[in-house]
Amino acid sequence: MTPAPQVTTAALDVSGLSHAFGPRQVLRDVGFSLAPGDFTVLLGLNGAGKTTLFALITRLYHSRQGRIAVFGHDIRRQPSAALAAMGVVFQQPTLDLDLTVRQNLAYHASLHGLAGSRARIRIEEELERVGLADRRDTRVRQLSGGQRRRVELARALVHDPALLLLDEPTVGLDIESRRFLIDHVRHLCRSRDMAVLWATHLIDEADDTAKVIVLHQGQVLDQGPVPQVTARAGVPTLRAAFDTLTRQHQGTPQHQEGAAR
Amino acid sequence: MTPIHYARCLGGIVKREALRWTQQRGRFFSALVRPLVWLAIFAAGFHFVLGVSIIPPYETYIPYEVYIAPGLLAMIQLFNGMQSSLSMVYDREMGSMKTLLVSPFPRWFLLTAKLLASVVVSVVQAYIFLGIAWFWEIDPPPLGYLSVLPALILSGLMLGALGLVLSSFIRQLENFAGVMNFVIFPMFFASSALYPLWRVKESSLTLYWICQANPFTHATELIRFALYGQMAPLSAGVVAGATLLFMVLAVWGYDPGRGLLARRGGGE
Repeated sequence: MTPAPQVTTAALDVSGLSHAFGPRQVLRDVGFSLAPGDFTVLLGLNGAGKTTLFALITRLYHSRQGRIAVFGHDIRRQPSAALAAMGVVFQQPTLDLDLTVRQNLAYHASLHGLAGSRARIRIEEELERVGLADRRDTRVRQLSGGQRRRVELARALVHDPALLLLDEPTVGLDIESRRFLIDHVRHLCRSRDMAVLWATHLIDEADDTAKVIVLHQGQVLDQGPVPQVTARAGVPTLRAAFDTLTRQHQGTPQHQEGAAR
Repeated sequence: MTPIHYARCLGGIVKREALRWTQQRGRFFSALVRPLVWLAIFAAGFHFVLGVSIIPPYETYIPYEVYIAPGLLAMIQLFNGMQSSLSMVYDREMGSMKTLLVSPFPRWFLLTAKLLASVVVSVVQAYIFLGIAWFWEIDPPPLGYLSVLPALILSGLMLGALGLVLSSFIRQLENFAGVMNFVIFPMFFASSALYPLWRVKESSLTLYWICQANPFTHATELIRFALYGQMAPLSAGVVAGATLLFMVLAVWGYDPGRGLLARRGGGE
């Protein structure tokens, strides 16, 4: 099922996106759309192409084919407007370990043209929300993995983006930190009408109220609200649906190497 | 985005570079100690071996320490230029570079800001070195401390831009040793930093021309003349030209459409 035609401008619109590194095709004709307030889980195993997709959306490099638009701003033609509306949490940690929490966030604020009291207020607000306001002058090196992730989330939100991208944000976190991160981001979706793209290989991070995009070997196998995807696959759970979809894909003529498991 | 936004962005990038430099203690001290080790050990050892005749800009016979001081200033900037941008390559697989590049400011501006930030740090380092070197009786005329500033800025720009180019083109570096062997050592030794070029010419004409073509030689000479209140027009031209060339290459290397970031998959 293709997404319904957009009446309002989509927060993120990806269409006909393909990319290759040399001969290796990483993404094939990927298309999806995120509306404001959508919590969308990009579900795929390691190597499915999630990180490449993120690199293309964040304009680290351009795709070979296809179009990416953020609130109607084409990433190639209006990169500045597109990037300004975007907050990103990358898969690898990107904080300066030797700087304090606040210094890290202030650096990020300046990269978005924010400084002075306005930046200070925004930083305080976001640190407050992730419960780290009292650690503001702690060096990042002294924080736990879960706390560092929360700082990265706060950082991604300092410039008040309307689209939030997270690439495997829960990797290496304990259950409690994971829970906190998911709840916090879902709350942002509801309260700020923020569109979120949450890439993960952990199926249980997509509950029944989420939307899901199943990405496998660079192709979108299915997408939509979780109940619809499971219903189409004719199975009760998303896990079973994922297995069914990837098995069917494996069975197609160009993928005869056998079962994924 | 107005000029005020640009100024804030530049300010933030410079501040971060300065904070990183002062708060990474290892880097801070090694940056200061390295040239002093050269001065204290290498120069002392060669003090009696190498006699330096009177060559411009010097007006008298000078001790070897005085001769190599400008080369060591350029070396500080060389190391700094490599470190500040190459750390982006292997520090957490491009992580900090990604953060920089998803800023809505144009990429050429972000790279230039990054470069200016590293120049600020390298100029401060150079002056700290000059301060300590004064105790080794490396005492250029008082006005030399002022006239050397534009030279340090220009050579800092060139070496910083070179670092940026390398960071965009080098696919993977296991550690700093690779850069040491293939960039820093050849540039440093095949230059006028440690020995005057007329001496090189006596032993090998080929090496002499390699040294002449080495932009690091010109960075060194630019600093040497400026430290004594004199201008080295050829060196200034070469350094300015090389800066421009490296900067164009760096912007090209980081261009999302054509550059090499895409080919290596951005750290995947």
